[in-house]
Amino acid sequence: MTDTAQTPLWEVFIRPRNGLAHRHCGSLHAADATMALQAARDVYTRREEGQSIWVIPSSEIVASDPNDKETFFDPAGDKIYRHPTFYDIPDDVGHM
Amino acid sequence: MYSQGLNGQNLDVNETPEFLAAFQARIDADEKIEPNDPMPAAYRKTLIRQIGQHAHSEIVGMLPEANWITRAPTLRRKTALLAKVQDEGGHGLYLYSAAETLGVSREAMTEELLSGKAKYSSIFNYPTLSWADMGAIGWLVDGAAIMNQVPLCRCSYGPYARAMIRVCKEESFHQRQGYELMISLCNGTAAQKAMAQDSLNRWWWPSLMMFGPSDSDSQHSDQSTAWKIKRFTNDELRQKFVDATVKQADHLGLSIPDPDLVWNETKNDGQGGYDFGDIDWDEFWKVVKGHGPMNKDRIAARKQAWEEGAWVREAALAYAEKQKQQTAQQVTA
Amino acid sequence: MDVANANVDIPNQASLISQLIRLGDDHLVLGHRLSEWCGHAPMLEEDLAMPNIALDLLGQARALYTYAGSLENKGRDEDAIAYNRLEHEYTNLLICERPNGDFAHTMLRQLFFSCFMHQYWQQALSSTDENIAAIAGKAVKESDYHVRHTAQWVIRLGDGTDESAQRSLDAVQQLAPYVNELFETDDIAAACAVNKVLPGPSSIEAGWNVQMSDILEQAKLPMPEYQMGQSGGRQGRHTESMGYLLAELQFLQRSYPNMQW
Repeated sequence: MTDTAQTPLWEVFIRPRNGLAHRHCGSLHAADATMALQAARDVYTRREEGQSIWVIPSSEIVASDPNDKETFFDPAGDKIYRHPTFYDIPDDVGHM
Repeated sequence: MYSQGLNGQNLDVNETPEFLAAFQARIDADEKIEPNDPMPAAYRKTLIRQIGQHAHSEIVGMLPEANWITRAPTLRRKTALLAKVQDEGGHGLYLYSAAETLGVSREAMTEELLSGKAKYSSIFNYPTLSWADMGAIGWLVDGAAIMNQVPLCRCSYGPYARAMIRVCKEESFHQRQGYELMISLCNGTAAQKAMAQDSLNRWWWPSLMMFGPSDSDSQHSDQSTAWKIKRFTNDELRQKFVDATVKQADHLGLSIPDPDLVWNETKNDGQGGYDFGDIDWDEFWKVVKGHGPMNKDRIAARKQAWEEGAWVREAALAYAEKQKQQTAQQVTA
Repeated sequence: MDVANANVDIPNQASLISQLIRLGDDHLVLGHRLSEWCGHAPMLEEDLAMPNIALDLLGQARALYTYAGSLENKGRDEDAIAYNRLEHEYTNLLICERPNGDFAHTMLRQLFFSCFMHQYWQQALSSTDENIAAIAGKAVKESDYHVRHTAQWVIRLGDGTDESAQRSLDAVQQLAPYVNELFETDDIAAACAVNKVLPGPSSIEAGWNVQMSDILEQAKLPMPEYQMGQSGGRQGRHTESMGYLLAELQFLQRSYPNMQW
């Protein structure tokens, strides 16, 4: 028995219905892409949750480092001029 | 539910008092902890143990009910039971995935289950002896599980909380199908009603034991509560379960096998609740330590499935490897 | 030929009821076998995949029995037909009752059957009986997936390791005797085919062979030599394992007759 050999892990993304983006819903194990797609269908769409499935080897995902959080994301915090509420428009102009 | 190795997860954290205080502050502020976040080793270890146990319980929990799929008395009941046991496999899968985000593989967790090192819910070490047990398990065991699981949807660890939301959503039909099954037995012949009562008699106390040892004896509770891995104590959840279940038994016309069960209006801060008899903790520990009626059989069944499945898993990997090499050759040719 | 003409023909009606029950039995018995795997699959993902197939098969059995019962008009519902008969009154194909064996055997058995049924349902889509066309409309999608899933496994096991290849080869040989019966077309089956109410099983044979040789070639496995095959399921003559299967299936209905569950 070669239980040291591990069946690869895949991340599953599902589009609940057309018009919506694919959304991460979980992961599973499969030896290759075809089986991963079928397993995703059998595991994650038993209650009509999906119209489309993506599977991606977990090892292929590149993620940002939580330690980079301040550098990456804090600088956006004070750019309030990107938001509509930054601009004053008289009420009688109506919705804009 | 993310890759175990996203970005080469660094598991070493220098647990200075400042780090631990900052981590606790995040938890206190109801922030979720995500897989790549630095976390105390003990937090990681506690989660791996708890999520692993939870996953194992789902997987072992398939066996007592699978025992009756081929004997289900109608096609409607058969399909419902099969779908339910399948769901349990799915729940085990979601939970293993959540645990894998903490840096432990499903294979390693499986080995721990099969070697007896990892625990699972003691309830599944009792045998399913009659069709009514399919009703009692859905009603009582899933009912108790829901009490335990709903608070876990707000657990501080993101992947566990997300897995539990999915589990709870799917599980909502499990208890209902069990109770409906009990109703049809209790509305049936005397023999059917006796079958239902016998089943309640056998499953009642083990169901109360599902909430774990009494708060005074639970070694993991305090720290888990501080980390918001656990939101209610064992005894709180057990009381809630008893209070909810007694009137359901009344509705069925079944009697709960506890002579000490009595309404006490001072309980639950004056809202009232049931006093109930002493749980046989000797039996609980005996089963937890591997000496219940079905411990050996359950593990043997899992072991057999795992070992007899090895050649299938190996073949799938070997085929994938061959395909990869063929594609590589085509590219270089 | 229109639906009304096909249905008022009484001998055809009796044949149709028999043939629907045969098909229902195929799906019930194979669904039963597949559900025996529940909780014991080689990997967790497959513990979700196999019940999905079993649930499809049981759903098809229910639809077929219900329709047969309504045509028969003797008050038998799906459960009366599924549970309350003697062994020789079950008329499933023998391949459906064969014990599971190992995973290679189970996948190949399912592929042989599903490949047949998928083509059968495709033809039945244009049945002159609209109830059958409706059952086929649902079943054709389900059986399409059963073929895909089991074919992928048969290919991987046939072309995986030495051990999996040997087990796959064993499965081909063990199942070969039960293939021929898929295509058998007796008077009852022929009567249902006359007005295009149900496909004639023999009309599937060529297409089955084309699809199967494509899949088995990819799996590096030989085609089953099935011409000397077994027969008898359609007449209620079963293999030794059938009695045990029914003992389980009927356990509660036999021990506690005439009760509501």
